[in-house]
Amino acid sequence: MSTATRAAPAARLYRRTALAVGLALLAFAAPGRLGAQALHVPYTTFTLPNGLKVIVHQDRSVPIVVVNTWFHVGSGDEHVGRTGFAHLFEHIMFMGSQHVPTGEFDRQLEAAGADNNGSTTEDRTNYYEQGPVNALALMLWLDSDRMGFLLPEITAPKVDLQRGVVQNERRQRVDNQPYGLAEENILKRLYPESHPYNWPVIGSMTDLQAATIDDVRNFFRTYYAPNNATIAIAGDIRPADARRLVERWFGDIPRGPAFTRNTPPAVRLDHTSYQTLEDHVQLPRVYNAWHTVRVFHQDDAPLQVLASILAGGRSSRLYKRLVYRLELATQVVAYHDALRMDGSFRLFATAKPGHTLSELQRVIDEEIRSLADSGPTAREVQRVQNQTEAQFLDNMETDLGKADQLNNYDYFAGTPDYFQQDLERYRRVTRADVQRVARQYLAQSSRVVLSVVPQGKTEQAVTEGVRP
Amino acid sequence: MKAATMNAARTLVAAAAVSLGLPAGLVSQAVVRTRPPTLGAPPALVVPRARVARLPNGLQLVVVEMHKVPVVDITLLVHAGSVRDPNDLPGLATFTAGMLDQGAGRRSAPDIADETAFLGAQLSTRAAAEWASVSLHVPKRQLTRALDLMADVALRPTFPDSEIARQRSQRRAGILQLRDRPTAQAPIAFNAIVYGALHPYGWPADGNDAAAAALDRERVAQFYTTYYRPNGARMLVVGDITLAEARRLITARFGAWRRGDMPPLPTPEPPRSGPRTIYLVDKPDAAQSVIRIGHLGVARNTPDYQALQVLNTILGGSFTSRLNQNLRETHGYTYGANSAFVARRLAGPFFAAASVQTAKTDSSLIEFMRELRKIRDSIVPGEEVAKARSYITLGLPGEFETTSGTAARFSELLENDLPLDYYRSYIARIRAVTPADVRRVARRYIQPDHFAIVVVGDRNQIEAGLRALNEGPISIRDLWGQEMR
Repeated sequence: MSTATRAAPAARLYRRTALAVGLALLAFAAPGRLGAQALHVPYTTFTLPNGLKVIVHQDRSVPIVVVNTWFHVGSGDEHVGRTGFAHLFEHIMFMGSQHVPTGEFDRQLEAAGADNNGSTTEDRTNYYEQGPVNALALMLWLDSDRMGFLLPEITAPKVDLQRGVVQNERRQRVDNQPYGLAEENILKRLYPESHPYNWPVIGSMTDLQAATIDDVRNFFRTYYAPNNATIAIAGDIRPADARRLVERWFGDIPRGPAFTRNTPPAVRLDHTSYQTLEDHVQLPRVYNAWHTVRVFHQDDAPLQVLASILAGGRSSRLYKRLVYRLELATQVVAYHDALRMDGSFRLFATAKPGHTLSELQRVIDEEIRSLADSGPTAREVQRVQNQTEAQFLDNMETDLGKADQLNNYDYFAGTPDYFQQDLERYRRVTRADVQRVARQYLAQSSRVVLSVVPQGKTEQAVTEGVRP
Repeated sequence: MKAATMNAARTLVAAAAVSLGLPAGLVSQAVVRTRPPTLGAPPALVVPRARVARLPNGLQLVVVEMHKVPVVDITLLVHAGSVRDPNDLPGLATFTAGMLDQGAGRRSAPDIADETAFLGAQLSTRAAAEWASVSLHVPKRQLTRALDLMADVALRPTFPDSEIARQRSQRRAGILQLRDRPTAQAPIAFNAIVYGALHPYGWPADGNDAAAAALDRERVAQFYTTYYRPNGARMLVVGDITLAEARRLITARFGAWRRGDMPPLPTPEPPRSGPRTIYLVDKPDAAQSVIRIGHLGVARNTPDYQALQVLNTILGGSFTSRLNQNLRETHGYTYGANSAFVARRLAGPFFAAASVQTAKTDSSLIEFMRELRKIRDSIVPGEEVAKARSYITLGLPGEFETTSGTAARFSELLENDLPLDYYRSYIARIRAVTPADVRRVARRYIQPDHFAIVVVGDRNQIEAGLRALNEGPISIRDLWGQEMR
């Protein structure tokens, strides 16, 4: 999942505001003591007459509260010629609404000791506030005003200003980053032009420039209605109080029109494609991408486990061979990116000085072949399961993580408290599962191979047909 | 409910609706949105209590109990940071710290990686400017095995030649890749320019090409033997554990750690600031210019610390800060602008920074200079100061939500010899900061006549514009901040 974010969370105290830090989205949490017993995040839920669904989780450990709102729209709902629009719209949501003058959204929250941000992915857009528990009413007032009363305040200068900010976000995250252009080049080859995963969440400079104020109005009317949103509230609050406040501030927002989401047909590659991109980099890097399965598909967890066994940290197979033993690479990374409509398995490695990408690719293919032929060891699977369990525990620590995950499960798994079932998916993965997905989705499937090389050094690229 | 249409009555009606649990329909009829809801009193800050023990070998143990989630976060702090780097080998401290988990006790580097991962633990070894640290984050049920591992790494690193060679080669590749990363170049050049060659804060933390090539086992082992000692070291334990249990586990593993003759920490003369100058580091075809403006700042023990926090929150320490509002929300030149006083044992740098669109480099610098002068030249309105104070104080409870967040707050106290009950009086001290205080510290600690203005960007496109600003001479520098010949 690629994420574009409204702002680097401003640092408190003297920490420098780290740029381009997104919301940690792999977040899981539960109250009380955890251990052998099941992960459980108790919640109450209700839906207003206008269709707004609300999930409330009480955690009394720290006197803070989080309001986390998901609108079920992302770059996957965009159209050719308007790429990046869902994220540009996210920025506009902070520019004031009918009863909240421009700038007041942030000013009032900071004056109450609260932080806020938003982020956009292919499948959803989220917004959150977090702060002292007494600020809950303020958070809901602000959120309800922009959900119900945004359009009267939308003006061309506001759109132009955030267009400029987003274009600078793209420069910072993509154009001024080494290898920053790799992702959009991979997507272009992984998906046909008609598929909305064909472009990155941040969009293109040309399309961002083309967005109009009418686009903003239409997008808001279609997607920013209460019946296309879910709010998760977590923290040291009483559920009944939260409910009354939500009813008060969101009750009179009208339901929006029903719309149908077009789901493009499944995509498969019929051949492996090789591409080379010259960039301002010192060392070449090879990217591999395969089509896989959507999020929560039965093969999603085995593919996550496979990614970790292949290249998840210093105990992974490819790290040990490419980086440690052979010293061909400075790093190797793999992950399974499972989205609403499709997933992809990604693997990239950066060469050490003096080595070509074909040398790296040969070893990568050998290790994929080995897992497809013989599967992982029991200890390797157990290692990933232990790490996953530890990660679930860590993500139990924050209200923000829990709130975002309640929304995530609600949207993609159909129920908010899916923590234990989610963990069970990983616990059930067997050696045979990992072997099968390695064979089915990687070894026996076509892929996109992208070589990013220093300017003028195309001879360092992977040459077609490298196979063990 | 009609009365609710009168603004004055809104709050009262809202309160009544909440307490009586009136149906949603009635309440929503009454909603008047024109003014924000009145908030109740903010919650009191509850900081988990830190308890202290000292091992016979001098190691200070600080334990903070947090039992919500069964995880434990352990940090060992040792006076072995980059200030200990020898003159001829910048980067030795960070390299030594990085070598700790590359072979220790009877374990090889891959053994350590495998065991750490299998336990679901995160083990990291690193050196910052003043302190080196070994830190562990682990589920409670794996704590003892993970602590065995941590003790090997901290106390019995073996520094095998083969691993030294491997890590040295990785470091050289990393330094090569600095050329690709203008946001990493800017602070290196800035620190070199502000602190010069005689102050360790001016040296690149990971060294340069020549230093990386000169790293060897002897230098690493000598550095380790000298500085990794329990005297002056601190062990912070946060999470699902009691003081008694922590004391027993830590004493069993770190009790026999031997004291050594620890050389005193270096106290170099603070550098002298020169006249305002623009230092240009060329990055051909860069899509943005990375700007970093500032000079020598303050030490952590300054009595002006709280006033400076408020000042910095107003200037560039929050989303609504002046720099971010101006450069991002008014002009759209950047995705974000910020500022910081980096406060350590010795005076760290003050800087203001942003990555800006190449074509707006000169315009951005005009706005930076405008804000940096304005905050000195005119008094900050009381309302703006009040908002900054509230942002700092009211947000504090959230800083103690997680074990790692709590560990970060207490670690800062331990690193700077601050009392463990620091937060008891902290809020009152922030609340006492007045607009006059803000002005006083702005005038004292922000000196536009002495700014080092570092810009990493495409020289062909930006040099003429920068020159036309007449903010100072332009000096062309390499990526280490040194003069180009």
